[in-house]
Amino acid sequence: MTSFATSPASVTAAPSAATPAETDDASRDVMIRLEHVSKVYPGTEVPAVAELDLEIPRGEILVLVGPSGCGKSTTLRLINRMIEPSSGRIIFDGEDVTEVNPDLLRRRIGYVIQQVGLFPHHTIAQNIATVPQLLGWDKNTIRARVDELLELTGLDPSIYRDRYPKELSGGQAQRVGVARALGADPDVLLMDEPFGAIDPITRDRLQNEFLRLQSELKKTIVFVTHDIDEAIKMGDRIAILGDQSRIAQFDTPERILAYPVDDFVSDFIGSGSTLKGLNFERVRDIQLADSFAVVEVSATAQETRAAFDASEEKWMLVLDAERRPARWVGSEHLARADFDITRHGVTVRAKVPTNATLHDALEEMLLSNAGQACVVDNQGRFLGILDVERLADVLKRMRAEAKKHYDLLAVENRSQ
Amino acid sequence: MRLRSNLALLVTPLLISLGALALWVNYQRADKIFQDRRALDWSRNLRPQLEQHLSITFWATAFTVLIAVPLGIVLTRPRYRRFGGPVLAVATSGQAIPAFGLLVLAFAWLGRGQWTTIWALTLFTLLPVIRNTMVGLDQVDSAVIEAGRGMGLTRRHVLRQIEIPLAVPVILAGIRTALVITVGMATLAFLIGGGGLGATINAGIGLSRDLVLVTGAGLTALVALSVDWLAALIEKALRPRGL
Ligand SMILES: Nc1ncnc2c1ncn2[C@@H]1O[C@H](COP(=O)(O)OP(=O)(O)OP(=O)(O)O)[C@@H](O)[C@H]1O
Ligand SMILES: [Mg+2]
Repeated sequence: MTSFATSPASVTAAPSAATPAETDDASRDVMIRLEHVSKVYPGTEVPAVAELDLEIPRGEILVLVGPSGCGKSTTLRLINRMIEPSSGRIIFDGEDVTEVNPDLLRRRIGYVIQQVGLFPHHTIAQNIATVPQLLGWDKNTIRARVDELLELTGLDPSIYRDRYPKELSGGQAQRVGVARALGADPDVLLMDEPFGAIDPITRDRLQNEFLRLQSELKKTIVFVTHDIDEAIKMGDRIAILGDQSRIAQFDTPERILAYPVDDFVSDFIGSGSTLKGLNFERVRDIQLADSFAVVEVSATAQETRAAFDASEEKWMLVLDAERRPARWVGSEHLARADFDITRHGVTVRAKVPTNATLHDALEEMLLSNAGQACVVDNQGRFLGILDVERLADVLKRMRAEAKKHYDLLAVENRSQ
Repeated sequence: MRLRSNLALLVTPLLISLGALALWVNYQRADKIFQDRRALDWSRNLRPQLEQHLSITFWATAFTVLIAVPLGIVLTRPRYRRFGGPVLAVATSGQAIPAFGLLVLAFAWLGRGQWTTIWALTLFTLLPVIRNTMVGLDQVDSAVIEAGRGMGLTRRHVLRQIEIPLAVPVILAGIRTALVITVGMATLAFLIGGGGLGATINAGIGLSRDLVLVTGAGLTALVALSVDWLAALIEKALRPRGL
């Protein structure tokens, strides 16, 4: 179970609570489970992580996000036992690994850190081969694996195999860091701000490549960041952490954006959260506007005026002979005595395909002077019109659904 | 930088050969009295002294490395780190004693002879090697170690495959310092019966013969230069690629 049985007023992580009816089955397949894990660093009073319960679903990216110093890195390092928990248990793929040899455990878990930490005196190939070598793979298998991973991460093996880390750019080093973590094909990957110290453009590219990679690899990934936008982009699920790694909210990005459970979460995700939520809805999934008049270019001026008068909208749409959106026509065009449907009107600029996100669509709408966007199919043929009211409806619906979800959880929680 | 150090490696043997030639020519052309010939006799004095000098240098440095490098490594391990400060303090005060005083102390304790010199010089040059070993290991990027540990390398793996190779340049620089100090200090070995080229320099002073003095001092300088050049070669060879 991955959603928390909780009322928005008092949010605590409670995996032992009832599994809500609507939680999908796949998500109950837990790869890593932390049970009441605490960490008090020697010489400190306050725990860095306090009584953390966390379940990480198999094959998903879980993002841990929270303000600096809240214990994200500590939590991550507890999982591969880079630091030993002061109390609690860590269950890895059904096996209690709280007491096993940590070195052997770590060979099963890929680990990527922000500073990358490539071995400067080893070639790229040697770096990537680190864990396979530890595991005693034979030479040819290792060589093939290195080349495979270099290709997978977008680096030409013949160029980069024998280079040293100092001969790489920052972005290339990050890729090698990921390739190295994938070396022995671990099921689990821990990533601590892996794309942190990189310029925004390169970071964006690395994020996209990584998501593409993940869609093939289906690893279980715990991804730490302090950047909520990165969390929203990368996460199948997000855990928003407060001080001492206390979970403020644990849910899908959509639901967190639509319904932040408390002030801490809404402060953390910031003011643009509603707009960010539009990234998760696609044009094809929403009801298009039906209030606009639409005519083909073959229509007469009279038919056009009649259609316009019948609709409430300020604009109507003219399609060309192939049914592609051509021009927006308004009352000032129709009022002209010499109105010519093939010439007059404002050329349609905002056209969005059905697989575009609502965020993309909104951007198009704001850029077009008519204030709405035409939805088109692959051939560019007209499918419908998207306007601001439709978007507002979607936002309202998303919020209502998320609220219902949490209300339901609260009820189930109380009835326990 | 790299080009300059390569150039230095090429030029140094040239300078050494030129220096040796100059010493030889100077000797050939000088007016020599009986004492000069006797003091600078190759097989009776210079060669044995040279050999003593080199063997003192070699053994003292070898012992220093054998003691100081492992000690430096142990002192950077978490369990023993707290002894690092005290050990460095002792080593520092050891080096603060004038070399001559240390030789005399060693003489009083161990008696005359080459081995007394070797042990005294070993003690004297522990500090730079311990310190450089510790510094070299400590300056290894903690992210590299974290990454290594995080992938499942054991502490021993990390030490042998990562920390030591990455500390090699700094450790070697410490050893080179020790070597240079030892070559210089070996000139004092004759005082406690350890031999070395210091004997010829001393003879030159005692006889008031410039030829003897210059030849002895010149040879000492050439030995120091050669040893340093050799150390530089080794440093270059052992420096890991990619750094
Ligand atoms: N080795 C340590 N010894 C003592 N305290 C530590 C140690 N490492 C971290 N802490 C403390 O534990 C808390 C959590 O640290 P942690 O590094 O997990 O935070 P974080 O969420 O990763 O922060 P950031 O986003 O800045 O990386 C902090 O208050 C920090 O000061
Ligand atoms: Mg951190």
